[in-house]
This record gives sequence, structure tokens and C-alpha cells, in this order.
Amino acid sequence: MNSFLSKVRKHFFQGPYHSLLTLVLGLLFLRLLWALLDWALVSAQWTGTASQCRETSGACWSFVREKVRFILLGYYPTDEHWRGVFTVVIFLTLFSVSQFKRFWSRRLFMAWVALPFVCFFLMWGGIPGLPRVEIERFSGLPLTLMLSLLGIAGAYPLGILLALGRRSEMPLVRLVSTAYIEFIRGIPLISILFMASLMFPLFLPEGMSVSKIVRAQVAIILFSGAYMAEVVRGGLQAIPRGQYEGALSLGLTYPQMMGLVILPQALKIVIPPTVNTFVSLFKDTSLVFIISLADLMFTTKLSFNDGNWLGFTVEGYVFIAALYFIFCYFLGRVGHGLEGEVSGKGRGGNL
Amino acid sequence: MEREPVPFWQDRKKRGLLFQAFGALLLLGLGWILVSNTASSLEKQGVAAGFGFLWEEAAFHITDTPLGYSPEDSFAHALAVGLVNTLLVAFIGNFFAILLGTLLGLALLSSHWMLATGARIFVDTLRNIPLLLQLFFWYALITETFPPVREAMEILPWVFFSQRGLVFPAPVSSPLYMAMGLATILGFVALGLLWYRHKKKREEFGEGRLPYFPLSLSLPFLPPLFLWAFGGFPINFHVPVLQGLNFQGGVSVSPEFFALLAGLTFYTSTFIAEIVRSGIQSVSKGQWEAARSLGLSSGGVLGLVIFPQALRVIIPPLTSQMLNLTKNSSLAVAIGYPDLVNVANTTSNQTGQAVECIAIIMAIYLSLSLLTSLLMNWYNHRTRLITK
Repeated sequence: MNSFLSKVRKHFFQGPYHSLLTLVLGLLFLRLLWALLDWALVSAQWTGTASQCRETSGACWSFVREKVRFILLGYYPTDEHWRGVFTVVIFLTLFSVSQFKRFWSRRLFMAWVALPFVCFFLMWGGIPGLPRVEIERFSGLPLTLMLSLLGIAGAYPLGILLALGRRSEMPLVRLVSTAYIEFIRGIPLISILFMASLMFPLFLPEGMSVSKIVRAQVAIILFSGAYMAEVVRGGLQAIPRGQYEGALSLGLTYPQMMGLVILPQALKIVIPPTVNTFVSLFKDTSLVFIISLADLMFTTKLSFNDGNWLGFTVEGYVFIAALYFIFCYFLGRVGHGLEGEVSGKGRGGNL
Repeated sequence: MEREPVPFWQDRKKRGLLFQAFGALLLLGLGWILVSNTASSLEKQGVAAGFGFLWEEAAFHITDTPLGYSPEDSFAHALAVGLVNTLLVAFIGNFFAILLGTLLGLALLSSHWMLATGARIFVDTLRNIPLLLQLFFWYALITETFPPVREAMEILPWVFFSQRGLVFPAPVSSPLYMAMGLATILGFVALGLLWYRHKKKREEFGEGRLPYFPLSLSLPFLPPLFLWAFGGFPINFHVPVLQGLNFQGGVSVSPEFFALLAGLTFYTSTFIAEIVRSGIQSVSKGQWEAARSLGLSSGGVLGLVIFPQALRVIIPPLTSQMLNLTKNSSLAVAIGYPDLVNVANTTSNQTGQAVECIAIIMAIYLSLSLLTSLLMNWYNHRTRLITK
């Protein structure tokens, strides 16, 4: 008990300023917490109708209940909804398993590599038992996940190639890679998405067309690839010269040297910033809203248009904010867990 | 002994040259196909390539504009308004994001458990939610939960806040007010020069105070005040008055601007907080101990010893966050604030000149980025660690 009291004292009442801050912040936090709990739980409507909702001061979760199917699955054919749900479930299972370090293995890694393609074919179908669903019907959470997963699957290798290109001995390759990376990093993602949606159709010969989702997917890959390249370049620069010279003196060719000696080390060093890039990519997929693709953000905004359920936007936003938060936070945590292992100790201090 | 000639495909240099030549051909070919396809598609649509359209009448409305603008003005004028709006929101947003981010970064390192945890929750929550969603959220919060115009809150005399944003009085333009504004700016410039000279002197002699210390600080404020007194203290303001469905007179700031500013500021400040935190942590422990053992106060330790050293680590990633904020301001298009991208998009829809409009967006953002990297390189060069 005594140690508990001394702990409380150390953490909350260390000197007069400290104590004052504790009181002020404590009151503020309690007030905020109460307001939040009151809105989200105490005064909230869970099952009521829209008119019942309007009478209470709290959140209207029955709006989310009513719309959750549309928000999550959007325009995907109703008979095939199980495929969308199944996709999300596979992803969530792998995602949760990966949170625990003791499950990390080569098999888990291979499962992640296979995941985007498995999910895509599950959604797309075209084999007996799984009727073909056109890509234009992909929407909601599965679309967001698909754009992210295929985006990562494309941007990661592209980033590695660009990083190698930027450090190449061939001047033209170096020039092209550097120009590409700096160009993409200098402009907003929206302009590339606009290019994909407005300008790309002009590039194609007459009579040829590419689905808008595919164009957006390619835009996301091209954009994130440049950021990925800078992350990988950081790793390549951190590898000592001796490793390159050693590999060459063993008579390894350039692809062997990079694939067997340099890249495995370099990519490992930069896992934390790599994960951060993945998190950014995941958040950035929400921008496809602006070129009217029916991702999670778009279906949510559409669900606000129902005449019977007008005025519950905040609830809808909070719901998908929670979804985005869970994915990003736990994805980032994997990266931070690794950061703890990589970085050294014994620096810094407390204020 | 003669060396056996190496076949060209085994010579690394020659192979490289061949590979590059092949790559160059491929790129040129691809470029040619794209250009010719685009040209023929544009011809089919009857759109004339080129920037001539910029001087035609824009014929669309822009509600927020610090520059004068009316639909009869040209597209070029409209785009200039968009650019000014982008720069405005980027400038104000960066200012607040750095301020808030630094405070949050310090709070993250605080030994006060509650403060550190509160900052951690704030940072972790906001950085893990897409910015676009946050913009929609702030916009909905302002337009749906704030009082309607008729019941606008008067937060200060003549300053009203409602669903339509903020309105406040603006001075009527007159030569006296202009002169006062000019005097204020000149005062700040003079103060800056004085400060610079004083700093040089102090570095040289190690001693010295700012000349005429308390008085010199009033340099930007006293002369305009004298001017005002000379003119007989005139007060001429356009005051906002509720007329029908909206306020007339005064300056209004739209809810779109507030939502964009709040979203950009909060979102970016969480990244800046982490940068400040890791910058401060990068200063070695010995520096803290040495500063404390010199008897510096905790503010002195931080302000005189730790922060200047941390700044060297903080500035490069901070610059890239500032650029991110500027690039992210392009999300304005989603909530309808007329920034550069939004205006260019409208222009593109009206004229069909998609290629030119996207080229304009890209060129402007690229030059902003390049300008910033140049400044950054200059700063890095100036503050590099000079070791003996």
C-alpha cells in the first residue's frame, strides 16, 4: 500500500506545479471522458428509429446498424456478399496473428505475399462456384483493402527497383530513377489520381479502355513506389562498402550480390519506415473518393443521403474512423515492435 | 602475351551502354506513342491543345478570395486566386502545426504521466485516421452542429460565429489606415535589422543588450499609433450586419477554410510532435547532465542547450512535413474550398483542357517543392556541425 501511495505521489504530485497540472488536466480529462461516454454510450440510441434518435442527445448507433452492410460492402452483388465478408475475415485473421511475435515465420510471410492475389481472385471469381463479379462492382471495405494490399504488393518491388536505379552506375538509369522519384514526391497524390482518371484515357488508342479502379490502383502504386524507393535507398546507404566489395570479390554477379547479400540486410534495417509507408498508403487509398470510386469513404458518404436517416453524419464518420484507426494503429505497432529491437538504448532524457 | 579480346556482352561497361541505349529507345518509343495517341484523342474531342484558354472568361464563382475576383475574370485570374488560397492555408496551417506539434512533442517527453499520456493518445489517434476523413469530420461539425446564421454566436463584439463560418469587422480602406499598415511593417523590418546587428555584436564581444531595450520593442507599434493620433483617432469599420439570410459587410472566413485549416493543423502536428520528440531524444544524455550541473533552470537546459542541438535533427524531417501539409491542402477539393487543385479541376471540367490543367497543378507544386529543398540545403549547409 505504501509503495502504491509513493507511486501515486511520484507520478501525480511531485511538487506544486506538478500537482496543479494534475488537478487541471485531471478535471479536463474527466470532463472530456464524461462527455464522450455520455454521447457514445449513456444517451446513445442502439435500436431506435430515426425519429427516436433525433430526440436523444447521444449518438445514433442504429443508423450505423441500418447502414453497416452498405458501408462495408457497397455495390457488391448481394448474393455474393459472403465473398466480401470472407475476404475481410481472411485479412483480419492474418492481421491479428501477425500481432504476436511468436507466430512470425516464413510461412506467415508467404501467406502475406499470397494474400492480395487470393483476395482478388476470391472477389473477382470467374471459376465454377464463384461467378465473375466485374471489378466496377468492388466497393466498401473490400475495395479499400484490395487497393491497399495490391498497392503494397506493387509499390514495394517498384520501390526496390527505383532505389537500385538511383544508385546504379549507369548514368541514364540513375537520371531516370532520380527524376521519377523527385517528380512524384513533389506533387500531391490527387494530381496523379486526376491524371489516372482524366488524362489516362487520352493516352490509349481508340477503342481501348481500362477500368477506373485499375487506373486508380496503378496510380497508387506509382505514387507510393517513389516514397518506398527513398526508404529502401536509406537502407542501401546504411550497408557498409565492405559488404559490396566482399560480394563482388566472391565473383557474384550484380543480381546475385543484390539479391543474396545487400538487399536482405538493407530491407531488414528499414522495416520500421517501410511499415510507416504502408500505413500512409492505406490512409491514402481514401483519396480515391475524389475520383468517385466506391471505397469505404464513398459508401459512407452515400449512406448519408438516405432521406429517412438524414443528419447522422458524425456517427458514420466515427464508425469508419474507428475502422481506419484499428488497421493503421495495429499495423504501425508491428513496425514499432521491430523498431525496439533494432534501435539502440541509452540516449535521451526526461523533461 | 596478347590479352584475349573480351566479347562485348561480357564487358560490363559495354553491356551497360547497350542496356541504356535500349532503355532510352524504349522510353522514347513509349513517349511517342503516348503523345501521338493523346494528340489524336484531343483532335477527336475537338479540344485545341495549348494554354490559350487561360485568357478566356472563367464564368464560375469563387466564394473565398482575398484577391478580388468575379466570374467575368479570366481562367488565369481564377487560378491565381486558387494559388493564393493554397499558399494562405499552407502558411497559416504550417504556423499552427509547428506550434502545436512542438508543444505536443515536449508533452510526450514530460515526466508528468497524465500530460504525456494525454499527448500520446491525441497523437496516436489523429495520425492513424486518414486526413480526408478528418476534413469531412470538421466540416460536418461546423456546418451541422454550430448555430445557424440567424442565431450566430457573438464571441467578441462584432465578431460572429455560425454554420457559415466567422465574420468580423474590417477597416474601411483609407490612406491613413494604409500608412499605418505600412508603418507597422517598416517597424518590424527595423526591429529585425536592429536585432540582427545586436546578435552579431554579442557574438563578437560576448556582452551587450538590445539598444534602447524596452523602447526599441515598440518600434512596430508606436509610429502607427502616432499616425492614428495625428489623424484624430478615426474609427471606420465595415461592421457585419445580419440582413436576411446572411451577414453583409465585414470580412468572412468560410467553414471550408476552417475545416481545412483544423484538419491540416491537427493531422500534421501529430507527425511534427514525433519529430520533435525524437529530435530531443537524439541529444545525448551527457548534454542534459552537463547543462543541469551548470545550474541552468529546466527551461534554460531545454532552450539554451538541448533545443539548439536537437534543431539540427528536427529541421530536415520538419521541412518535409511542411511540404506534406502544403501538398495535402489539395484535399480542399473534397470539401469545396477553392484552392489551386479545386480551381484547376473546375477549369478542366469547363474547358476540357485536362492535360494543361494537370500540368499547371504539377508545375506549381513541383516548384514549391524545389524552392523548399533549395532553402533546406542552404540551412543544412549553414548549420552543419563544424568539428575541429
